[in-house]
Amino acid sequence: MSAAVATWLAVLGASLGCYLLKLLGLSVPASLLAHPVVARTALLLPVALLSALVAVQVLGGTGTLVVDARLPALALAALLLWRGAPFLVVVVSAAALAAVLRLLG
Amino acid sequence: MLRQALGVGVATGAYGVSFGAVSVAAGLTVAQTCALSLLMFTGASQFALVGVLAAGGSPLAGAATAVLIGSRNTFYGVRMGALLGWRGARRAAAAHVLIDESTAVGLAHASPQAAARLGFAATGLSVLVLWNAATLAGALAGSALGDPRRLGLDAAVGAAFLALVWPQVRGRRALGVAVGAAALALVLVPATPAGVPVLAAVGVAVLAGLLRARGGAT
Repeated sequence: MSAAVATWLAVLGASLGCYLLKLLGLSVPASLLAHPVVARTALLLPVALLSALVAVQVLGGTGTLVVDARLPALALAALLLWRGAPFLVVVVSAAALAAVLRLLG
Repeated sequence: MLRQALGVGVATGAYGVSFGAVSVAAGLTVAQTCALSLLMFTGASQFALVGVLAAGGSPLAGAATAVLIGSRNTFYGVRMGALLGWRGARRAAAAHVLIDESTAVGLAHASPQAAARLGFAATGLSVLVLWNAATLAGALAGSALGDPRRLGLDAAVGAAFLALVWPQVRGRRALGVAVGAAALALVLVPATPAGVPVLAAVGVAVLAGLLRARGGAT
């Protein structure tokens, strides 16, 4: 299977999966998913996965950890989020800082 | 309420531009990027799929991560299902626009039912249209800009994930899960194929979910 086909399968398969999860929620009786452990875990899943993605995205290299301009960019993003800055400002500022740091060094 | 729906749509459109640019920087085509926004239509899952691919993970790992993050929408559905009271084709259509924003506006106007339905549907449609238009614009701009690293777009991805998780980290349990999952991922990066360090976070979430809350604090 070519890489392009594999990526398309991932795009379409995951889209179908995400749709079915939405439809499932609208269709099942509320009591079925009311167990506190299930409800808690479902809310913690995105927190865990997104946090792992932050870590891998900022410090991950090919099979190793790499510290570069992405780390100060993340620190700036955290500072801006703490100050209540909107999404686009956070993302663009982080990219700009990384770009400037790379230009300088 | 319609102004609120439009306002939310414009605000999320801004994320859409970043998603489009980040997605093509991760190596997806403009068509694949737009397909994600049109068909998956749930921002965190979309960012996750392209993030795993950008880090060298397999398409299967990317898809699995995206679907797992989509589980949050199931619980929005449980809350909205009773509120909206739609069946059949309407429910099937409503499911597609069941996202953070439409749920929030629907819940904010929970009574009467007609207001909840209007708030949910208007916000869902407004975000759907603007999110997809913004994705296309971001993807086209991203492919015209050239080397993503020189522009710091790789750093933008980490910042985007941090911004997505930020409002969800409420309370000590969520903070513990966030720190634990990030630490576990970093330990696993040198030891496992790309994609695995992120998926391992599922274990952290399940473990924390199973722990009883002490003194009612969660």
